[in-house]
Amino acid sequence: MNDDLFRLHNVHKEFSRGKQKITIFDNLCLHIKRGEFITIMGPSGSGKTTLLNMLGGIDKPTHGQLFFQHTDIAQFSESQLAKWRADHVGFIFQFYNLMPMLSAERNVELPLLLKNLSRAERKKRVNAALTLVGLQERAKHYPRELSGGQQQRVAIARAIVTDPDIVLCDEPTGDLDRTTATQIMEMLQTLNREFNKTIIMVTHDPEVAKYSSRQLHLDKGIFTDLETAA
Amino acid sequence: MFAIILLNLRTIPLRFWMSLASVTAIAVVVAVLLTFLAMANGFRTTLEGSGSDDFAMMLRSGSQAELTSVLTRDQVNIIAESAGIARDHKGALISAELYLTVDAKQRNSQSKVNLPFRGLDERGLELRPNIHLKAGRMFEPGKNEIVVGEAIQREFAGFELGNTVKLGNTEWQVVGIFSARGSIFDGEIWTDVRTLQNQFNRGNTFQIVRAKLVNTGDVNPILNAINADQRLNLDVKTEKAFYQKQSQGISNLIFYIGWPLAITMSLGALAGALNTMYNSVAQRTGEIATLRAIGFSGLPIFTATLLESLVLSFVGGIIGTTIAFLFFDGISASTMGNGFTQITFQFEMNANVFIQGIILALTIGFSGGLHPAFRAARLPVKQAFATIR
Repeated sequence: MNDDLFRLHNVHKEFSRGKQKITIFDNLCLHIKRGEFITIMGPSGSGKTTLLNMLGGIDKPTHGQLFFQHTDIAQFSESQLAKWRADHVGFIFQFYNLMPMLSAERNVELPLLLKNLSRAERKKRVNAALTLVGLQERAKHYPRELSGGQQQRVAIARAIVTDPDIVLCDEPTGDLDRTTATQIMEMLQTLNREFNKTIIMVTHDPEVAKYSSRQLHLDKGIFTDLETAA
Repeated sequence: MFAIILLNLRTIPLRFWMSLASVTAIAVVVAVLLTFLAMANGFRTTLEGSGSDDFAMMLRSGSQAELTSVLTRDQVNIIAESAGIARDHKGALISAELYLTVDAKQRNSQSKVNLPFRGLDERGLELRPNIHLKAGRMFEPGKNEIVVGEAIQREFAGFELGNTVKLGNTEWQVVGIFSARGSIFDGEIWTDVRTLQNQFNRGNTFQIVRAKLVNTGDVNPILNAINADQRLNLDVKTEKAFYQKQSQGISNLIFYIGWPLAITMSLGALAGALNTMYNSVAQRTGEIATLRAIGFSGLPIFTATLLESLVLSFVGGIIGTTIAFLFFDGISASTMGNGFTQITFQFEMNANVFIQGIILALTIGFSGGLHPAFRAARLPVKQAFATIR
């Protein structure tokens, strides 16, 4: 248990739609160890994205506990969650979510602006992250000047530039062709294996899921293979 | 936070047309307000600039303007002996003056207006140190000769040097043009008081006595003389106080039309600013959500959104003040004064007017940006992501 990076205990999550309450999770339990590469799969509406949002601190359980290491982040305020995200989480989105008016290096630098770092230190870290994703020569390019795969690599650089504990990916290859998707997945695998980053990824694609060390299958808010969630 | 503000401002070109519409609306509101304020300011400056604390003005008690006052020669002679009035080797430094209105036509519109026609006695010019002749010469007593202020020559037809104009039933020759440095006298016609009395059948009456004071601003000795003599049914004020009171009514009227009009128009501009900023927040939902997910708190998002609105309104304010300055500063206008005569003045922009324009623009920007900024800062991150999925 001490190795757990995340521990979800009896997590209940519901949404209100008008007067109707929709339960997404009821007493959901999950353990995630540091250094794991987890994929969450399941049909639309199964709760994949809600789970990812809760693990990323951008949504909270209605009831239950969500421990990050030994801290229940479900009790955090919005500002505490914002700081927690800045310190521990990197996000990679399906549509990259880069700022169109900023160059690749400026996009990557964004999370570092929340840290108390000198300009030189920020530049050093941005260069390192862009080198890691193989885009150092494209540092001055704007997103519109980059292909989809290159944009996603910039997004990966942005996600890892602060050296976070966890990288959360929401369909990171959903908008890419197979060859580019393979390159992105190999890059994520490298992050996991060589840099010991815990990666949690939502995907519909079984080919992509093969890169993970553990696959979680959700259906109507329940893990269909209970052993994998333990 | 500075980086987020810059990032936000750099996205304005993505909303160019809507931002431009907002800037234009604010610029128009500011230009209209500044035009009214410049008008009120110019009018006030003209009247207040006409007055000095070195001189006293005496009118019949209860008269609000020169035109409604009547003084007799006897009263003038008595008051000339009063303490507090400066003297030299020629006697008391006073000028008993007649003040009438005559018809004239505006040069551009050809509309008929009343112009002030003033008769000065022989010391009248000595009591107006700011007057200087720009062209021609002064009138000669006993002759139908007039000198006119430069605003009269500029704004009204027929007053060119050497021309003969019909004022009342008599023809008068323009023998000189004078400048009164923007004061109310620039909009007057002057001649010898006795000639004017004769030509307009006014007997030996006057409407005002102007006197140089021994002590600047001190009219009390004259007031004491008036109170001590029942024949002197007069009011006395310093020249400055007299023209300040004259200016108050009209400049307040212009001011109080200008501000309500600007505020009414501001509501339209405010709707434009709100629309622009809601659109900005809607367009930046993905960016805001991403920044929040990365770890930025609501404060820089709020500040950046509000600042975008303030920047747009400031640009609108600057454009509005520039338009008002280029098109309206210094233009000449005339309006009916308290004495039913035409007062000619120039629109006057100054720092105070500019500041009021910029404050109005920023107020619109702040009001238009506040709620959208709150909305941006409180945008739930998961909901924002849902809208861009």
